[in-house]
Amino acid sequence: MPSNVALDIRIPSDVQQIEDIVAQVVRRCRACHFAGRQLSLNVPVALTEALSNAILRGNGDLAGRSIRVRADVDERRVVMEVEDEGIGFDLEACTEDPTTPENLEREDGRGLFLMRSLMDRVERFKGEGNVVRLTLIRR
Amino acid sequence: MSLQVTKQGEVVVIEVDGQLIVGNRQELKQRVLDEAEGGARKILVDFAKAGYIDSSGLGVLVSLAKRMRELGGDLRLANLNDDLQTLFELTKLDSLFQIADTRERALESF
Repeated sequence: MPSNVALDIRIPSDVQQIEDIVAQVVRRCRACHFAGRQLSLNVPVALTEALSNAILRGNGDLAGRSIRVRADVDERRVVMEVEDEGIGFDLEACTEDPTTPENLEREDGRGLFLMRSLMDRVERFKGEGNVVRLTLIRR
Repeated sequence: MSLQVTKQGEVVVIEVDGQLIVGNRQELKQRVLDEAEGGARKILVDFAKAGYIDSSGLGVLVSLAKRMRELGGDLRLANLNDDLQTLFELTKLDSLFQIADTRERALESF
């Protein structure tokens, strides 16, 4: 994680926490003059997907677990990291194409696709826990 | 997120105010299913006041549209802003739903 961390908090593993965290990161991006579309679409949707994935899949929706969220924002880019207590997953293998005719009417399977569509870079690696890192260049 | 439900003729209009995401998608799902249980077959979800939607929100819309079709009805959408339009295009869900620019046009389309 680069220096100049703007946000570094640990939250309960609960989907009700998502909107507040997303709003905090969007506020920091707004202060760094990110474009309107990035503030209203790219950052909130991709971060919501990462948090939701961490809470429901990584932490198995288990009460008592937690998520660590870090966001480093400056006028060039935002780097967001979401760390859960799970064993991790293969980003390539788990990303499906939800736009194919056989997948189009599925209720699930769009989260990783949206993260990768809306961010410039999506990485997964092992930190203390399982980390997903999202990077978006300011435009 | 809050939902405002009104009836315009045979169409139940559900206006979404705020984000439709993983933490609240069940509210929309239950509301539409309750309306369907009560006999409604034409549902319009109006996004004029909506914020962003995540994959869970999109998934609920897909699931509800399928359910309404199984019941011989239809679920249509109106007033997607540019961001939401982009999301539907990215996921190709714009090909699955009938989407109108305005509530009035959506109501006329049923």
